[in-house]
Amino acid sequence: MSELVFFFNQVVIAGAVLGSVYALGAIGVTLIFGILRFAHFAHGDMMTMGAFVAFILAVGAGALGIQTPIATGFIVLPLAMVIAAVLALGIDKGFYAPLRRRGARPVTLLIASIGVTLMIQGLLRLFFGTGTYSFFDTQPKTIFRIDTSAIGSTRPLVVTEPQIMLILLTIVVVVALHFFLTRSRLGKAMRAMADNPDLAQVSGINTQLVVRVTWIIAGSLACAAGTMLALDVTLKPDLAFNILLPIFAAAIVGGLGQAYGAIAGGFLIGFAETLAVFNWTLVLRPLRDVLPEWLELPNNLALVPTEYKLTVAFVILVITLLVRPTGIFKGAST
Amino acid sequence: MIRRSLGLFIGLFLLILAVGAVLGVPFTTARLLEAAAYALIALGLNIQWGYGGLFNFGIMGFMMLGGFAVTFISYPVNPEFWGSDGPWMLGRALLAFAFGALLVFGARKSTRLGIRGGWHVALTILAWFTAYVIYRSQIDPAAAYIESSAGFVGGLGAHPVLGWLFGGVLAAAIAYIVGKICLGLRTDYLAIATIGISEIIRALIKNMDWLTRGTLTVSPVPWPSPLAQDYMAEGYGDTASLLLSRGGFLALVLLVLAIVFVLIERAYGGPWGRMMRAIRDNHIAAASMGKNVTARQLEIFIFGSVLMGIGGAILVSFVQIHDPSSYQPINHTFLIWVMVIVGGAGNNWGALLGAIGIYFVWMISEPLARAIFELVSYVSTWAGIGPIPEIESRSAQMRVFVLGVVISVALRYAPRGLIPEYAGPRARN
Repeated sequence: MSELVFFFNQVVIAGAVLGSVYALGAIGVTLIFGILRFAHFAHGDMMTMGAFVAFILAVGAGALGIQTPIATGFIVLPLAMVIAAVLALGIDKGFYAPLRRRGARPVTLLIASIGVTLMIQGLLRLFFGTGTYSFFDTQPKTIFRIDTSAIGSTRPLVVTEPQIMLILLTIVVVVALHFFLTRSRLGKAMRAMADNPDLAQVSGINTQLVVRVTWIIAGSLACAAGTMLALDVTLKPDLAFNILLPIFAAAIVGGLGQAYGAIAGGFLIGFAETLAVFNWTLVLRPLRDVLPEWLELPNNLALVPTEYKLTVAFVILVITLLVRPTGIFKGAST
Repeated sequence: MIRRSLGLFIGLFLLILAVGAVLGVPFTTARLLEAAAYALIALGLNIQWGYGGLFNFGIMGFMMLGGFAVTFISYPVNPEFWGSDGPWMLGRALLAFAFGALLVFGARKSTRLGIRGGWHVALTILAWFTAYVIYRSQIDPAAAYIESSAGFVGGLGAHPVLGWLFGGVLAAAIAYIVGKICLGLRTDYLAIATIGISEIIRALIKNMDWLTRGTLTVSPVPWPSPLAQDYMAEGYGDTASLLLSRGGFLALVLLVLAIVFVLIERAYGGPWGRMMRAIRDNHIAAASMGKNVTARQLEIFIFGSVLMGIGGAILVSFVQIHDPSSYQPINHTFLIWVMVIVGGAGNNWGALLGAIGIYFVWMISEPLARAIFELVSYVSTWAGIGPIPEIESRSAQMRVFVLGVVISVALRYAPRGLIPEYAGPRARN
């Protein structure tokens, strides 16, 4: 049974954590694409920016002597999400809205988002250098080791506090998003605008408001995803740049413009990455005595070497684009 | 129009002169050389995006291919590798690769045998998986053996200019594959797909230690022209030999740039260029006039990538070190996009101006930021707040921010670039 617990630790928990981060990021990317029709390349940096906002708030709270039972990063997260949403609205007003008013093509907006990426990245590195930061410098990171000897295992089930919070948060966000999109007037307006912007406008939907709400959701979710990622690993100015591409892969695999697709794509990519680098030898070891002699287990039986972990997402992306370009959930393809 | 372009180029010339006066002539020569290589790459992107309207965010990948190619061709031969079992094992891996390719090809063509639907899909997946396992079973021991016995494959010891050409050829070959896969996609999808492929190329070059030495880096990659040390050995002074050697290399690169520029400018003015613009502006209309849109787009994608490969090769042979971990999307892909957008997409003079101008802005924003930081730090120390910590590393990051500001301002106030495309009396809107 040790092997099963090991598999659970290495694949199920790690995949769920990675998948949650990808899903939270991909929802923002896919909503922006659905409403504004361009691939928002600055999303990874909005995640990093949100994480740094949360970090500053947490450090500030620590400096004021506020002690919290769970990590301060979670307590300040709602406030950080509000600030990140305001920042996202500001970025839209400063850089994208003028181009949209001029009637620029979506391609121009895509290039503008690269300009925004460079600016955010430059500013973050300017203020925070290139070092790494941790939310857990002053607080211990709670690690739960669940004893699994009841089912005959020698290994404990290991899960950390940020990981539990991340998975819980993702569930809450997904449920909330579902009710928002299907039950509320504004959510329905958003779906209408994603399907047909002109028709939505003539039927009296306030498209400006829909755009603003899109940025609020995307900005706050990016902040949540970035903070959670930073809580789980460490905080670096280039934290999310590497993760931006798997997020795009997740959004495309799910079908650009489809919120549910983004969630499914996020988890698909997350589990595919962890499964691809998982070393099967460790799980198959109990079979060693059963296997015939000519079939000896090699030391490393992972599908791809660990250093190629990120490329798994791209391979899935390329296959999706080839086989089903609109993604699993038929996405927008204007 | 002509007057404006002339004014901009004179301004650029004055900027280069000013940089030369402040930071020294050898420094400026080196930067000019790199700027010329970047100009070559920017012209490549201008062909793809300006002429053809194709989104390529995988520039970094093609530059890396060029860098690898020149290292492989021009680095001295590694006798330890050729004397060992390495070539034999690699040959077997190659055979395994060919066999796997055959297997996949066969599975794809299995519809002719009457295998259809789900069976066809299953067979294709099985063929891919088997091919992958067979290839891995041969390449892994070969890689481990070469890394432990000879370090890496080494080079071929040929002339670096051959390496530049090979860089172009390699980039063309990969561009053909990438284009076949991706060119049917729309802009946003194409952008993300090419960026993904360039990341795959980066991961491969970085981790195939047996071929490229990966993060251990390969140096010194030889120069095509005499080095400063050679001139020094002949009795020239330090500065003089530095200038002579860099001047020689610069002349060579400028020659390449001039040839390429004349060729693509002529192509742009000719029927081929008009056809490409027609495809870019309305591919449906162009197709109805009998133009093979897919083939033409593939062609233009390959042409552009060749220039990127050559440019990347020149850069590596100039800095003399092939370090796969030094490649970043910001410094390579996005920088070149800024060059083309700011200069003027669709206009070769614009791309040239943008490439050299933006490269100089990129280079001087670091010393400039450092000077500003030191001034602020001096004032803040005097005011009792204390100095700014880590000025060195911070000012190095300033240029990323400056680049972001430059492209945002350009998109807002000069969306068609400094020297916009000019296609006859009726310009595109």
